[in-house]
Amino acid sequence: MTTRYTEDHEWITVDGDIATVGITAFAAGQLGDVVFVELPEVGKTLAKGDEFAVVESVKAASEVYAPVDGEITAINDALEGEPAKVNEDATGEGWFVKIKLANAAQLEGLMDEAAYNAHTA
Amino acid sequence: MTETLHKTPLHALHVELGGKMVPFAGYDMPVQYPLGIMGEHKHCREQAGLFDVSHMGQARYVGDEAALEALLTCDLSEIGAGEQKYTLLPNEGGGIRDDLMVSRPDGNGIYLVVNAATKDADFAHIEAATTGKGTLTRIPERALLALQGPAAKDVMARLCPQACKMVFMQCGVFTLDGVEVMMSRSGYTGEDGFEISIPEADADRIARLLLAQDEVAAIGLGARDSLRLEAGLCLYGHDMDENRTAVEASLIWALAKTRRERGDFPGADVIAKQIEEKTCQKRVGLTLTGAPAREGAEIADKSGNIIGIVTSGGFGPTVNGPVAMGYVNRDFMAPGTEVDILVRGKPRAATITKLPFVPANFYRG
Repeated sequence: MTTRYTEDHEWITVDGDIATVGITAFAAGQLGDVVFVELPEVGKTLAKGDEFAVVESVKAASEVYAPVDGEITAINDALEGEPAKVNEDATGEGWFVKIKLANAAQLEGLMDEAAYNAHTA
Repeated sequence: MTETLHKTPLHALHVELGGKMVPFAGYDMPVQYPLGIMGEHKHCREQAGLFDVSHMGQARYVGDEAALEALLTCDLSEIGAGEQKYTLLPNEGGGIRDDLMVSRPDGNGIYLVVNAATKDADFAHIEAATTGKGTLTRIPERALLALQGPAAKDVMARLCPQACKMVFMQCGVFTLDGVEVMMSRSGYTGEDGFEISIPEADADRIARLLLAQDEVAAIGLGARDSLRLEAGLCLYGHDMDENRTAVEASLIWALAKTRRERGDFPGADVIAKQIEEKTCQKRVGLTLTGAPAREGAEIADKSGNIIGIVTSGGFGPTVNGPVAMGYVNRDFMAPGTEVDILVRGKPRAATITKLPFVPANFYRG
């Protein structure tokens, strides 16, 4: 499995042609306590850069952008009742959506872990 | 060239405590500490929180009180020694320049506390109107701390038992950690608590003494906002401004009856007309589920007609859900009325809710 990162602090972990997407622990820390996550509908088609979710903290709402082109195949329903999972386990149970990749080559343009750590240093 | 942000006497302490510092009203202030907004908010309602509000404007007025009173909506003769009142600085159009506390903590004139963002304008306005009649002295060399929450009285019982004799909206001069301080039993969180004016040289030490008490945690501006919102308290610049009247804001109680009868404050004629005609919009509370509604979101009736606007909104940690305040056309002001709030372009079901969202815990004796 490969994990890549965007400049806007989304992570994408690929397994075959299905990718799981969320926001990084760094982003969750910056946002503070997450109180609500607005997720898209399953089946929605995204283009890279499209806003596909909104993360709400006590004070503000932040947009989340699609790191790649694809179709939403699953959303994390658990976040509805437990939005705090985003803070507790941003890269595990705090995942947002699963996307079926339309263009796997797009992953190469994203940062690897080392580059992302440098980006947030 | 950017202007540098001001620092309160507790700035170094905020940084040391891990405060996330942000610009607010020209000051570098902590929006939260590592405990986080939710944790800080809950701690205040359950135990006691310590807030640095030194950025607010403290001042003293000595002289012809009628000249000062003319600018306010209170009746200064109703404020006795050791008493405090919440009042407004109105403008000629009936709108509000600021909301503030006025009090008589000692025998020396009137002590005022105004909002940080408006303090320069407020004090200039007061000075201009009272020239030759009284003297307004700004007090920037004192810090202002708020200790709020059900355990605040337990802390004060140990550190300054005399202060515990005060009930809500009383004030006075006390000795705290060997220092002469002014204190009132008031705050802006809906909880029992004390506001403490301290000479700046002693502020850091006293803040640390308070934080050393088991019950006390440092609270940032983020939780201060969620606390006052749950308490149904207006935030100047958001829930009220130069274009909103006390009638719309449901703050008629901040207009002394004697003043309304005399009609002798700026905008009194506008206020009287609004009270009589009963047609103006009214401030209400709103609750909804899912995504919070934020300031600026439009409020619509179920047919999609815009009937109001959200002026404060966010997540209420004690309510454990989104809460908001806003203004709606009178037809929709009754608690229980179902409306929609447009959040990111989509109508979300909301209910007009009686304020406060969380019952107040003021100590009345």
